[in-house]
Amino acid sequence: MSQISINHDEVDIVIGALQLDLKSFMEEWRPVFSQFHLIIVKDPDLKGELEIPAGFNFNLYTKSDIDGVVGSSSNAISFSGYSCRYFGYLMSRKKYIICIDDDCIPARDSAGNFVDAVAQHITNLSTPATPFFFNTLYDPFCKGADFVRGYPFSLRSGVDCGLSCGLWLNLADLDAPTQALKPELRNTRYVDAVLTVPARTMMPVSGINIGFNRELVGPALLPAFRLAKEGNLRWETVEDIWTGMCVKVVCDQLRLGVKSGLPYVWRKERGDAIESLKKEWEGVKLMEDVVPFFQSLRLSTSAATAEDCLSEIAAGVKEQLAPTNPVFARAAETMVEWVKLWKRVQTQ
Amino acid sequence: MAGATVKPTPLLKDELDIVIPTIRNLDFLEMWRPFFEPYHLIIVQDGDPSKIIEVPEGFDYELYNRNDINRILGPKASCISFKDSACRCFGYMVSKKKYIYTIDDDCFVAKDPSGKDINALEQHIKNLLCPSTPHFFNTLYDPYREGADFVRGYPFSLREGVPTAVSHGLWLNIPDYDAPTQLVKPRERNTRYVDAVLTIPKGTIFPMCGMNLAFDRDLIGPAMYFGLMGDGQPIGRYDDMWAGWCTKVICDHLGLGVKTGLPYIWHSKASNPFVNLKKEYKGIFWQEEIIPFFQSVNLSKECTTVQHCYIELAKQVKDKLSQVDPYFTKLADAMVTWIEAWDELNPSGDDSAKPVNGTAK
Repeated sequence: MSQISINHDEVDIVIGALQLDLKSFMEEWRPVFSQFHLIIVKDPDLKGELEIPAGFNFNLYTKSDIDGVVGSSSNAISFSGYSCRYFGYLMSRKKYIICIDDDCIPARDSAGNFVDAVAQHITNLSTPATPFFFNTLYDPFCKGADFVRGYPFSLRSGVDCGLSCGLWLNLADLDAPTQALKPELRNTRYVDAVLTVPARTMMPVSGINIGFNRELVGPALLPAFRLAKEGNLRWETVEDIWTGMCVKVVCDQLRLGVKSGLPYVWRKERGDAIESLKKEWEGVKLMEDVVPFFQSLRLSTSAATAEDCLSEIAAGVKEQLAPTNPVFARAAETMVEWVKLWKRVQTQ
Repeated sequence: MAGATVKPTPLLKDELDIVIPTIRNLDFLEMWRPFFEPYHLIIVQDGDPSKIIEVPEGFDYELYNRNDINRILGPKASCISFKDSACRCFGYMVSKKKYIYTIDDDCFVAKDPSGKDINALEQHIKNLLCPSTPHFFNTLYDPYREGADFVRGYPFSLREGVPTAVSHGLWLNIPDYDAPTQLVKPRERNTRYVDAVLTIPKGTIFPMCGMNLAFDRDLIGPAMYFGLMGDGQPIGRYDDMWAGWCTKVICDHLGLGVKTGLPYIWHSKASNPFVNLKKEYKGIFWQEEIIPFFQSVNLSKECTTVQHCYIELAKQVKDKLSQVDPYFTKLADAMVTWIEAWDELNPSGDDSAKPVNGTAK
């Protein structure tokens, strides 16, 4: 599907290593990953040496690197677990970042072809998005498609795409209660579409398979929303959902697009939904407050950069959500610290 | 949440009318026979009323030509277009059923990627009978479909969804492009089968195509007015667009859902792009004003029925769009006439007192 010629120098692939053995993950992705520069960040809580196969061009960051860079802010910002990837985003200087969870391997499309998820994300990010009016034939810039009758001509040049959200075959990104209720449920439906999520429409962004334009929205991908009993399975987190809503608000404010759909990755089975469910419902409960907050958020017209937007979002969180639960107060603080850290590191 | 077992889709043969506008014979129905024969058809014959429309044997139908429309509506017949498929909305008005499916007479049965014939009507019924989710986008598309569900992060309080008012289907082969695009890409065919149904989010409007469309007449019927097009009008090929914009705004206001995606039909005929250009030409400029108008429409809280919403919308069209062209004054008046005609043919007790959607949230 990719018609774009990719400048590999513009791309970093960030890998958050939550397990020591990266060999099978990287071997599966070798045809794709071997063409790019990789940033591998080891979960600072993980003890032991990472096993990385030969033949890749990468930089590795571990706890000592994180502590060295982050310094005094390390009290506010945790890079444990899934959040280790954000350190990778901080270190990157490339235009595009692609990030895929280390329990996902390449998928095959309905014709049995290998899906190059990186190429598809880059295509999504480097072609315009159309958030201001819905196109019923989905992505109009895709080969074989176009804008339909009734689509205003003034909106046909589209806007830049800030975020590309991919999907998952096999184990979809369902929450623990849903998966526990339907333990056999596997996603086998390959939906051959990319679409722009309309402006002002909120969505749950899964961190499992994403790409973004670091130059446009970089700081908005932040580690802020940490559950009290957050674990190393996606069922035990909602940090990416929070981050995704921040990114969507930023994109809506800055008139950028967010796309959803292709590419698919194949997500392997890991963990036990019922065990995760026994631990904690916190994330699921908190969404009831999080979603209405983001849906009603309005930023000032002077918020013209991602950093400005994040500061206003953090202020809103502190004022409206923090009184209801300490997790929100921490999130607001972390967001402020992160923006400072981002500015400091990015200008070095 | 979606059920674990796949229940058969009800036929609804006594609750659904199929509305077909035509000026020629209806041979295309032969291909649809396996799927359409159980249903009652409402045929709206446009153009010369003295022409006889041939309907294949075995179909149960009522047919209305222009003389019938004039006789039934009297002076109010002025709101029904002549020499344009927009006249189909007369069929919605005279129907007594809960659901409407409308299809163009150059649309045939498509095949899915496995080669199986697609029962478009069955899919539309499925879409209409299960809820929509306009308040928060589900990245796995329709969560109620077999094999799908709500994703992590989707609030449980929003998982009941809202009633579905409209099911907008798509087309393989000849895509629904405007004239300029047709002229630039005369050979482009839509060959991509996208296996998804999704709810168009609240606050987002879309270009609704009337070629393959189903809706709940009880929930949204009066909003499906296809405007003033064709003979004596400065514009054509914007009938379904206009109905779609009005319908979506009212659905958003009343808490109803609009779905798009499956089913596909096979669109066989590309209309002449030069003829289309002449019809659409003004619309291409006007839509630049119309879209911002619909995007910023605000209906008052007192509008709790479709008819009230529609009358209010007509007022706003007259106030704000008349400066674009006097056509919009005529259109606004016709919108009011349409509602009057609708209410006359559908006296209160069934349609007019639909309360604001009270689905639990």
